[in-house]
Amino acid sequence: MSGVSGFDLLDVLVAGCLVTGGLLSLLAGIALVRFPDVLSRMHAATKPQVLGVLLILLALAVSLRDGADLATLVLIGGFQLATAPLTAQMIGRAAYRTGRVRSDLLVVDELADRNDGPEERPERRD
Amino acid sequence: MTARDLPDRPDLPGRPELPSRRRGRGWRAVPGWRPDRRRFRDHLVTIAWLVAVWSLLWGEFTLGNLLGGAVVAVVVLVFLPLPRVTFGGRLRPLALADLVVRFVFQLVVASVQVAWVAVRPGQPPRNAIIAVRLRVRSDLNLTLTAEVLSLVPGTLIVEADRETGTLYVHVLDVRSAEQLAQSRARILTLEARLVRAVGSDAELRLLSSTQPEPEGPT
Repeated sequence: MSGVSGFDLLDVLVAGCLVTGGLLSLLAGIALVRFPDVLSRMHAATKPQVLGVLLILLALAVSLRDGADLATLVLIGGFQLATAPLTAQMIGRAAYRTGRVRSDLLVVDELADRNDGPEERPERRD
Repeated sequence: MTARDLPDRPDLPGRPELPSRRRGRGWRAVPGWRPDRRRFRDHLVTIAWLVAVWSLLWGEFTLGNLLGGAVVAVVVLVFLPLPRVTFGGRLRPLALADLVVRFVFQLVVASVQVAWVAVRPGQPPRNAIIAVRLRVRSDLNLTLTAEVLSLVPGTLIVEADRETGTLYVHVLDVRSAEQLAQSRARILTLEARLVRAVGSDAELRLLSSTQPEPEGPT
């Protein structure tokens, strides 16, 4: 559209997005290995992982620039955003309930207090 | 789940749309809508969304895709019924744009933070699980807040208690008590932002009446 240099700029953008996205996914992988317990690992599975995928999708969108492909990419991105936290929550919840949590690394655990502490419950308002 | 052990609390503020534990009945949240009309509208929205997704997956909107999508949508609705989530609020474009921009920014910050915690040398991070009671207790608000929360810095949902509208949030890399207080405040601010973007007027009023917002209006 705007001459050769414009396209070069887009290519740089695409390359940048691809590399950053790949790097974030790599860091998410490193986090999975290095973090001490399931709940911490879920942080890695949600944030850098999702952003990594989104960046790669963005790179694809910029380089493909086709209506149908764009729609598919938007769909993938949307489902990533919607499902990654859900997955993390389901796994985290299962891990917590089966006691696979490093409680020595927890400074505060208000979920453990829940069963003995009824003061967290709301009062009836009559 | 302990949620089951709790008595019904139809009189709780913040969840007018859950008059009894029997889901799918007595949705009287918005006056003027009779329950069957709301149900019809909700089904229509679901079908439209499923047809759109189906067509997008095929890559084009053709008559065949639309019809096929409609068949699939009806089959999904009939054979895989879900608890009904109804949208009783209204969209406020400015607040929504504000939410989206902040969300993208925070997703970047969160990713960098997790990445840094992962590669920095030394002790494994100390964490915490805190309970945060939301002010607006509708299912939709609980879900949206939980979703966004898991993608912004430091926080991840471990457990959600529908009856009390409480989210149990795992906070990564906690170093001080103030940091925990900040996390709590951030979660409530996030809820406020969501309600401002998509909540109903009643929910919006609830926001200002129940608890003072820790960080002030943002």
